Amino acid sequence: MTQSIVVQVGQCGNQVGCRFWDLALREHANVNKMGEYDEALGSFFRNVDSRNRACGVGGRIQHLKARAVLVDMEEGVVNEILQGPLGEVFDSTQLLTDVAVGHMTYGSCYWEQIVDTLRKAAEHCDCLQCFFLIHSMGGGTGSGLGTRVLSLLEEEFPEVCRIVTSVYPSAEDDVITSPYNSVLAMKELTEHADCVIPVENQSLVDIVSKIKHMSDGGMPGRVIKRDSTIISGEGGLSGAEKPFDAMNNIVANLLLNITSSARFEGSLNMDLNEIAMNLVPFPRLHYLVPSLTPLYTLADVSIPTRRLDQMFSDAFSKDHQLFRCDPKNSLYLACALMVRGNVQVSDLRRNIERLRPSLPFVSWNQEGWKTGLCSVPPVGHSHALLALANNTCVKSRFMELRESFTKLYRKKAHLHHYLNVEGMEQRSFSEALNSLSSLIEEYDHLDATKGKLMRDAARLSIAR
Amino acid sequence: MSVVTVQLGQCGNQVAHQLFDTVCSDAQDGQRKTYCTASTERFFRRSSQGDLVARAVLIDMEPKVINHCMNEAAHSGRWSYGDTSHFSQKQGSGNNWANGYCVHGPRHKEVVEELVRREVERCDRLAGLMAMMSVAGGTGSGVGTFVTQGLRDIYPKSFILNHLTWPYETGEVIVQNYNSMLTLAHLYQLSDAILVHENDTVHRICSQLLNIKHISFSDINKLIAHQLGSVLQPALTADSHGGYSRNPLGELVCALACHPEYKLLSVCTIPQMPSASIAYSTFSWPALLKHLRQMLISNSKMEEGIDWQARPPAASERSRSLTGANTSLANLLILRGKDVYSAETGGFEDPGLYTPWLSSGEALNLWKSPVPFNKYEKSATVVSNSRALLRPLDHMVRKAWNMFASRAYIHQYVKFGISEEDFLDSFTSLEQVISSYSQLC
Repeated sequence: MTQSIVVQVGQCGNQVGCRFWDLALREHANVNKMGEYDEALGSFFRNVDSRNRACGVGGRIQHLKARAVLVDMEEGVVNEILQGPLGEVFDSTQLLTDVAVGHMTYGSCYWEQIVDTLRKAAEHCDCLQCFFLIHSMGGGTGSGLGTRVLSLLEEEFPEVCRIVTSVYPSAEDDVITSPYNSVLAMKELTEHADCVIPVENQSLVDIVSKIKHMSDGGMPGRVIKRDSTIISGEGGLSGAEKPFDAMNNIVANLLLNITSSARFEGSLNMDLNEIAMNLVPFPRLHYLVPSLTPLYTLADVSIPTRRLDQMFSDAFSKDHQLFRCDPKNSLYLACALMVRGNVQVSDLRRNIERLRPSLPFVSWNQEGWKTGLCSVPPVGHSHALLALANNTCVKSRFMELRESFTKLYRKKAHLHHYLNVEGMEQRSFSEALNSLSSLIEEYDHLDATKGKLMRDAARLSIAR
Repeated sequence: MSVVTVQLGQCGNQVAHQLFDTVCSDAQDGQRKTYCTASTERFFRRSSQGDLVARAVLIDMEPKVINHCMNEAAHSGRWSYGDTSHFSQKQGSGNNWANGYCVHGPRHKEVVEELVRREVERCDRLAGLMAMMSVAGGTGSGVGTFVTQGLRDIYPKSFILNHLTWPYETGEVIVQNYNSMLTLAHLYQLSDAILVHENDTVHRICSQLLNIKHISFSDINKLIAHQLGSVLQPALTADSHGGYSRNPLGELVCALACHPEYKLLSVCTIPQMPSASIAYSTFSWPALLKHLRQMLISNSKMEEGIDWQARPPAASERSRSLTGANTSLANLLILRGKDVYSAETGGFEDPGLYTPWLSSGEALNLWKSPVPFNKYEKSATVVSNSRALLRPLDHMVRKAWNMFASRAYIHQYVKFGISEEDFLDSFTSLEQVISSYSQLC
């Protein structure tokens, strides 16, 4: 089996990452009752004895160490993690904290140290398949250092797939320079990631408040389990819940589902390197909108098939998207359905046939579906679905971002903070803006083909 | 003579495993000693303990499927795979033909070829090689093509047959048309003949004729193995002088692939029914052959819902398009079971079925065996080199070409060393094949 390494950068990245490890342990504990270190665990955890020597697959679990690299500029969050109940799954060699303003300074100073740590983590893998980078777009560390680490990964490990989970700030973000940070980071993401899974703070807030509202309000006729596993960490190591935990748990669940096929068996495996291969037709257009179901109705399985089909429909509805957009009314370039739990190939085929007519696909990819079936469902569910859509709907959010960037940039507001940093020039700003504009343009071109009847391309003809 | 099978990728390994199982249980069923000996020599060797070991090499880029096949075979109690005749890696080809063909294939060339060579050296007399794979994914198609190319270099005079499984039209892999197109275009230069099974067709047979409610991949593989077995099991041919033929692959290629521009073979078998119904059914040769002939003419792979209107043109008619009939370059009719010598096969000699430039005597070959195959008292199979695959091939090339016109996904292939020119070359050679088959009338 192959292994993956999670690189978590900045406060947001580390908090989400921390939830991921907690829930991943909970998930494996639920499946692996014998306490044996199996290949599934090996994909994201190492097993070491008390002297920190690696133990092979097949033995008993001794000390599990996460295949993770934690990067932050201040020690606060990381220290908190280390002192918390999850502290044991990380060891000091995986941490980088004494770093000082983002992409330029930190990157250059601690370059070698970061490379060293990444290499060490990679050496522990016998077949490293994928890096999962988690960071936020708004703050300085996540966006600046996070994307610097990304280009570093490309340089050092060109053959290893890079999947980035980026948390986009809400429109009214308290960091005033967040449009700058986001647009500068977007250029790096567009150029150096294999795929980016954008997640939006506002969508997470909406989902959490809707779930809380439903479980508190107790709407008649609906049964919602109070301990909705999507937002709660119950069963995990951490006891008391912190303010962002509910939101971070949703992102952690997203990561659990993406990696499920790499961790568990299934009748239709979807390898991690198949995600980009199937979903990214053009190298820069690699933003894959995630939607997660079930979110709101859980564990109540009175009408099985109806519930199952509902799950597929929900994945395409607006309020199940983790990014603020409306894929149904835009154009699909490709779509992946990653199903977990007790679902058959015939269920998949039926639902794709049912949903296909209502979803606009680009003319040359009318059958652009990729499917995966993993037999192990998330804890507390009988089945779950993660849809990843390469869809032009991301464009609208990117245009908003560009607008708030230009609002600041026109006045050159706060620009001096950035230009003070060595290596940072005003040119970087215009380049980042151009990169974003051309990305939006590429989506525009594809959107323009929507609804038009495209004739088949003229075929090569054979002279007789 | 013996056939060495090379099973590649998830699909190739699963189908080939099922083929060995079907062939083995068929050969050991009943008391036909010569048939059993001939079949066993063809597909199996004896280990030092005297157990049957498949003449096969298992290749995949990830270990799960191969481990599963080896275990299943070992637990069957009838046969097994050789302990060291498999090769696997940790990481799959990620649905990318270029990754399989340009990276994994060359990297493991020597190990794989050594495995095949060892298996070939264990044959007293080699009839040929059969490579089994799917065309949709990355390993079967990409590594499979590369391995076939290597085998062609090492065994320039041996017969090489490729068995391909074509994906569902709305498949589980988005780039399947690219992968299929690249595979076919390359194999067309290497292989002696290409035998094709389409998942869609097999799926329909499972649901309509075998009445299977929840069709699994194992049902599909069983059906493919049944059809393949009915072709490859021992039979008496015109040249075999009363004994079982010696070289199934050679005679198959001679009978069907008489022109290098035409290499695509499809298979129809009759009857196919749920195993519980077999005991309550009676079969007669005239009825079976009448249906099979109409399936061939109307180009349907099932005896249900055949178009009985389609007919070959009479000698006076020039144009075929009106009659809607399939045209064959060559057909191989294989009959197995009771009273096989009384079967009247004149219907398949109708010149209207064939091209004018080949006499029907040359175009039709007949194999017979009095031994019932796989529980069916009588069964008939036709392997046909005809326009049957023209339509699915044309669909595949059309979809791939539309995608290529937008240059979608091309960068994924360029990354591993397959350029736009390579794509164009492959498109050109397949358009040539399509054109040749369209002119077949």
